[in-house]
Amino acid sequence: MEAVVVKNLTKTYGKEKTVAVDNVSFSVNQGELFGLIGPDGAGKTSIFRMLTTLLLPDGGSAHVDGHDIVQDFRAIRSSVGYMPGKFSLYQDLTIEENLHFFATVFGTTIDENYHLIKDIYVQIEPFKNRRAGKLSGGMKQKLALCCALIHKPTTLFLDEPTTGVDPVSRKEFWEMLRRLREQHITILVSTPYMDEASLCDRIALIQSGKILSIDTPQNIVNTYPDRLLAIKANEMYKLLKVLEGHPGILNSYAFGEYAHATFRDAHTDTHALQVYLREHGLTGVEVKDAEVTIEDSFIKLLH
Amino acid sequence: MKQFLAFVRKEFYHVLRDRRTLLILFGMPIAQILIFGFALTNEVKDSEILVVDYARDNASQELLTKIGSSRYFNIRQAALSHSEILGAFKKGKIKAVVVFPADFNEDLLHQNKAQIQIITDATDVNTANMITNYLSSIIVDYQNQINQNLEIPYRITPEVRMLYNPQLKGAHGFVPGVMALVLLLVSVMMTAISIVREKESGTMEILLVSPFKPVLVIFAKAFPYLALSLVNVTAILLLSVFVLDLPVKGSVVLLFAESTLFIITCLALGIFISIKTDSQQIAMLISLMGMLLPTMMFSGFLFPIENMPIPLQIISNIVPSKWFYIIVKSIMIKGLGITALWKETLILLGMTLFLLLVSLKSFKIRLQ
Repeated sequence: MEAVVVKNLTKTYGKEKTVAVDNVSFSVNQGELFGLIGPDGAGKTSIFRMLTTLLLPDGGSAHVDGHDIVQDFRAIRSSVGYMPGKFSLYQDLTIEENLHFFATVFGTTIDENYHLIKDIYVQIEPFKNRRAGKLSGGMKQKLALCCALIHKPTTLFLDEPTTGVDPVSRKEFWEMLRRLREQHITILVSTPYMDEASLCDRIALIQSGKILSIDTPQNIVNTYPDRLLAIKANEMYKLLKVLEGHPGILNSYAFGEYAHATFRDAHTDTHALQVYLREHGLTGVEVKDAEVTIEDSFIKLLH
Repeated sequence: MKQFLAFVRKEFYHVLRDRRTLLILFGMPIAQILIFGFALTNEVKDSEILVVDYARDNASQELLTKIGSSRYFNIRQAALSHSEILGAFKKGKIKAVVVFPADFNEDLLHQNKAQIQIITDATDVNTANMITNYLSSIIVDYQNQINQNLEIPYRITPEVRMLYNPQLKGAHGFVPGVMALVLLLVSVMMTAISIVREKESGTMEILLVSPFKPVLVIFAKAFPYLALSLVNVTAILLLSVFVLDLPVKGSVVLLFAESTLFIITCLALGIFISIKTDSQQIAMLISLMGMLLPTMMFSGFLFPIENMPIPLQIISNIVPSKWFYIIVKSIMIKGLGITALWKETLILLGMTLFLLLVSLKSFKIRLQ
């Protein structure tokens, strides 16, 4: 069963009709952890706001739990959980007061759905009398997640929940999301971090308001069409310059301490390539096959 | 209902935990009342009074000693002609002149009535009023004293002249003015800011994506300020009665009812401002410029409306605080009841309903 169905959704802003979301269609199955992956300004937040009925679409339609986002906005508002990108809880209220407030506003109590948030809440419970404004980034996100979950939503919308959060907290946060899936809550999450994509069941790669590809992370990686090489040299900047000048080059870019490159000829001789690079004055050259990541797929799709 | 109460409680947390808000809420009204109040009482204390005694007889001397023993007046004697009295006023130091006519005692004994002239500088209306009141009461006191065992009582009539502003238009009591000002500030500015703050911090986004009705958000946000404003009204009235000795002549219940009505008018205004603005600074600026200034200018609190050019007089009619000021003044100082004030009350009620309707209509249930 599909929890979220989006059909040709379009959103423009201002008099110039700047397109933020361009004819986007996708659907999310019930209980699925679905990721919208794309850089800042790709249109992720606009999509989330339309699905949570905060914005009206300029074209197309969408349904959440079978409710139309324009007509039945009230029904959607009472059943979904939403965590905006910006930390949006009351900074002058304590952890406990925030949670209690949101539980009451949604017509429930903390006790009633405590099992849902227990794993997360126990981590911040020692600080429950601390004001939310005084929490660290990671703790704020955990609290916000608790507040979004406390009314047992059918679908959870998390807009860039890990932006500005330290790597350890990010990892913890994603583990929590994986566990939530077991509660049969559909989760839509957006993130600009490609490494988080592999933790989703399915992802949509999005850029400039358009969806480039929708599939499981594994399939997206598997369907990478070219042979990807990881190349290293002592002179990184020069290496990139030289690679760009290679006659058979398709695409090359820095990727951590390596440069990733694809060539027209899928069977490029790595030995010949090493010779070519050394001839161009590079030292410490190393060439090997690279493991394709979502980021490589994304870059490929952009070209 | 439970949701509403949780919301109201949260609002109280916001207010009580923000020291600046608290200071504005409760520090300001008290400070204003005390500043206005003591500035006035200090002036009346030790006022310079010039006595022109043409009589120089028993009665005038006795009365003079009585006036002189009051802590409110510093008496100076001088034999001046009427035209010289005016000159003395223009030099500025003296607040009032008391003139005993030549045959004061004679008139009192033979005709059983005598006159005293009191001339005050009415540019400062409050002071002039107070001085005349004090002087008159001293005279009445003296009259009672000499009348004790008499069958035909002696009568001394003070003949009062208010120089420069004979009709005494202007600031009668500052308490009604301060009340209008404080309620306006607290209700309009605080509500506007607190709603806009939810927009700014993004919490409005979450509140909208909840089963909580947007209209209830508005009411829940306004409710605590209604309560706090009523606390303010009480504080102001207590201060004015017990510290400034300015009693409420009319019905206190009516006064509170009218205050509640005016607070709701202000809350509606605040809500309207909050809907139309997106940042706390702008909300504050509009509240100050758009509400506070007109109140100071057009309520009649500081400047008599009757002396304004016609266009400004017309404008003053749309300022809610003008009507509230009239109502409070009438209840507190003149002791009038609802029968005399139904017109003003109705105007205020109409404004409130209109503002509430407009703000509820223009409230956005989505982001722009």
